[in-house]
Amino acid sequence: MTDKTMTPDEVVGQLRSGMTLGIGGWGARRKPMALVRALLRSEITDLTVVSYGGPDVGVLAAAGRIRRLVAPFVTLDSIPLEPHFRAARESGAFALTEYDEAMFMWGLHAAANRLPFLPVRAGLGSDVMRINPELRTVTSPYADGEELVAVPALRMDAALVHLNRADRLGNAQYLGPDPYFDDLFCEAADAAYVSCEQLVETAELSKAGPPQSLLVSRHSVTGVVETPNGAHFTSCAPDYGRDEAFQKLYAATPWPEFSARFLSGGGEHAYQSAVRAWHEEQR
Amino acid sequence: MSASETAGTAGTSGTAGTAGTGTDVSRADVSRAEYCVLACAEAWRGNGEVLASPMGLIPSFGARLAKRTFSPDLLMTDGEALLVGLDGETEGWLPYRRHLTMVTGGRRHVMMGASQIDRFGNQNISCIGDWARPSRQLLGVRGAPVNTLNNPVSYWIPRHSTRVFVERVDMVSGVGYDRAAAAGVTRFHRLPRVVSDLGVFDFAGPDHSMRLASLHPGVTVEQVREATGFALAVPGEVPYTREPTAEELRLIREVIDPKGLRDREVRG
Repeated sequence: MTDKTMTPDEVVGQLRSGMTLGIGGWGARRKPMALVRALLRSEITDLTVVSYGGPDVGVLAAAGRIRRLVAPFVTLDSIPLEPHFRAARESGAFALTEYDEAMFMWGLHAAANRLPFLPVRAGLGSDVMRINPELRTVTSPYADGEELVAVPALRMDAALVHLNRADRLGNAQYLGPDPYFDDLFCEAADAAYVSCEQLVETAELSKAGPPQSLLVSRHSVTGVVETPNGAHFTSCAPDYGRDEAFQKLYAATPWPEFSARFLSGGGEHAYQSAVRAWHEEQR
Repeated sequence: MSASETAGTAGTSGTAGTAGTGTDVSRADVSRAEYCVLACAEAWRGNGEVLASPMGLIPSFGARLAKRTFSPDLLMTDGEALLVGLDGETEGWLPYRRHLTMVTGGRRHVMMGASQIDRFGNQNISCIGDWARPSRQLLGVRGAPVNTLNNPVSYWIPRHSTRVFVERVDMVSGVGYDRAAAAGVTRFHRLPRVVSDLGVFDFAGPDHSMRLASLHPGVTVEQVREATGFALAVPGEVPYTREPTAEELRLIREVIDPKGLRDREVRG
């Protein structure tokens, strides 16, 4: 069977400027940050990013790589407002398709199921309808006759997600309490790239957790990357929690300075070394 | 909502309009933050077996107080993906995808924050200024649109001011009564109450407009009017928020918030 293992830079080699890119996780939770950092090292830009947004959106916004963002929020969770997202919005740096959280989820379901849309009781009465004038409604064909929003499929060219374990074939496992929507992101994208804390033999997956922890199956995966600490500084339960001290630093440091210290040293290994050095300085 | 929820019970001596100087010991002793915890707790009275989703510190204390006293059947989360009892014991699984089904299934009563709220309960947490290029980007609409059309939504405002209680919100995230009616989405729409550091409000005013339901002891109607950027419905006699029982005070002070974090969110 196909060995799908790749490096972060090989993943980025499959991406192109102008693509629609889905990013899994939620807020500052289990974001595929190592893959996002690889993206920052490339020249790829002009992206439409689809995300329950966290620092993935923040760093891409700070680096000027986003043409349009599709999101219901962008937050660092323990720090409610993402500073680079805010700055980008306040300077009009990119276009925004602002959806409600449930609309966004049903857009993923529609895309994963190859449906043009799914009906949702959300959005009507709110300004989500005003700022997204392309949104249409459908009327229930049954006796209730309810008018619902027809959320269009959130189809993507590529998706990036980060899970706890994966095998070389692309079967991937989450060991924390929440799958977020990573399976849907993979199924909603033409190509999906899974980074993981640890690459293991297939037989090891069933030893690490119950069958329902096998969230992502290989038929929906294009490439697999082992990136230890690859969600840093977001959380990746139970392997590690959010690096709150580092997240504070990220939020408080001007982007050029942060980028120069942590993101200009070459690859992911250099980033992780720079983070370790910073933590040692704090002791 | 029963009258006793807002009208107060034993220990409430009269109304703000007539008796602003009650000086019984318990009143002098109860902090503003404690009245706020109690007023938040009352939002979940009689809700039965639904998920209490408090956003923010004082609503969280309120939800726990409700569950420990008059609403023991409430469900609560650990803030991540587990349903937990008061002792932290896991009783269920609630990842975001199931949480959203709890919303649309209606088995949830959320108390959200609001950066802006208007007299019909339209709420904004998305951005300040013109949405196309906001002067201040906030969180985004999050789940406010789906929440307000599907499950009861109350609000908690820790600092009541004309910056929050506005004539018109900049970006309608949570849907108020007027917009719900205009859009024909009233089927499951309900905003039980707004709690601020000054009082409790409901939407029993004309055309479902915001009405002053009770004042926290020590607050006057004039203070509330001055801090509100729209014409608030004010009944002739405004009750005080009820006094906590001795047991409720003990729970707040010794069990739910022994570190006194509540007094940092609301002073006085």
